[in-house]
Amino acid sequence: MLSALTLLLIFQLLGEVIARGLALPVPGPVLGMLFLFAALLIKGGPDKELQGTSQTLLQHLSLLFVPAGTGIMVHLHRVADEWLPLLLSLLISTLATLVVTALVMKLCQRAPSTGGVSS
Amino acid sequence: MTQEISQIWVYLSASPLLGLTVTLLAYQGAFWIYQRSGCNPLANPVLIAVSALVLFLTLTGTAYQTYFAGAQFVHFLLGPATVALAIPLYTQFKRVRSMLLPVAVGLLAGSLTAIVSAVVVARLLGASTSTQLSLAPKSVTTPIAMGIAERIGGIPSLTAVLVIVTGILGAVGARYVFDAMKVRDPAIRGFAIGIASHGIGTARAFQVNEQSGAFAALAMGMNGVLTALLVPAIAGWLITGIG
Repeated sequence: MLSALTLLLIFQLLGEVIARGLALPVPGPVLGMLFLFAALLIKGGPDKELQGTSQTLLQHLSLLFVPAGTGIMVHLHRVADEWLPLLLSLLISTLATLVVTALVMKLCQRAPSTGGVSS
Repeated sequence: MTQEISQIWVYLSASPLLGLTVTLLAYQGAFWIYQRSGCNPLANPVLIAVSALVLFLTLTGTAYQTYFAGAQFVHFLLGPATVALAIPLYTQFKRVRSMLLPVAVGLLAGSLTAIVSAVVVARLLGASTSTQLSLAPKSVTTPIAMGIAERIGGIPSLTAVLVIVTGILGAVGARYVFDAMKVRDPAIRGFAIGIASHGIGTARAFQVNEQSGAFAALAMGMNGVLTALLVPAIAGWLITGIG
């Protein structure tokens, strides 16, 4: 648990240092994820401890968004002033993104296997 | 007696202990409700926990900054949790590799749709320019989105809130959208939810299916990078408008 958590923090630190050092637009943790992924490919998979720790952490991923989400109370004024455009924009955009992404992927996946023959 | 209680309150409200404890309590209560509902997406644990906390902080007159002094310990774990997404990604790598084309095309189409549709709808409905700019990166994970908002002249803390709401909307609605579209492949369902609603969608996807979760994590990571490149490039064009 402890050594796995340390490993995750080391990769985050590595990502953070490189992202800032090279002024990349990518945040440190995302870069850290890519590095760890590359390391796993080289090493041939995570050990039991890393597997267990990451599972624990990801099982309650939604908890980690609660503090930032509670920040809505600071913006209640703006949200109250512009609630209709905000709500509709988020609603329509989220729906459109889900539909477009899923549809495009479905079409792409089907295209090669049917070889242009529509079914 | 009342004086003693108020003294205890004065102590508690100034220490990080309270913010941390109420966050964990609110989340566990919310998660209990979520499980009780049979993991119904409408009973989203983030939504319930945030509502309960806003109510609690408002009723007790606690400032968000005071609360966050304690809650930041939970917030901090977002970093290592993001890194940990590499593990499910590795486990599902075979499947990802067999779907490179749909993944690449889905990423590009989804990312553009998320950015453009949010800004255009807000503009048509008369939202202020700073609100429109704060909306542009709303589909990517909080730290990336805040960085983008800052760079293009949006309001980072407003963006953080919009990101969370987007995540909740996607996590709540995705199942119904996919069922209506007859999309059953857990890989596609996961990927689309990761593009539209980042980590909160990914959290939901993991609760449903490991493969969905891995694809959501992949989508979230790639969309974070792509959005960070796209939004600054097209923000000016989006705001001045094309018609």
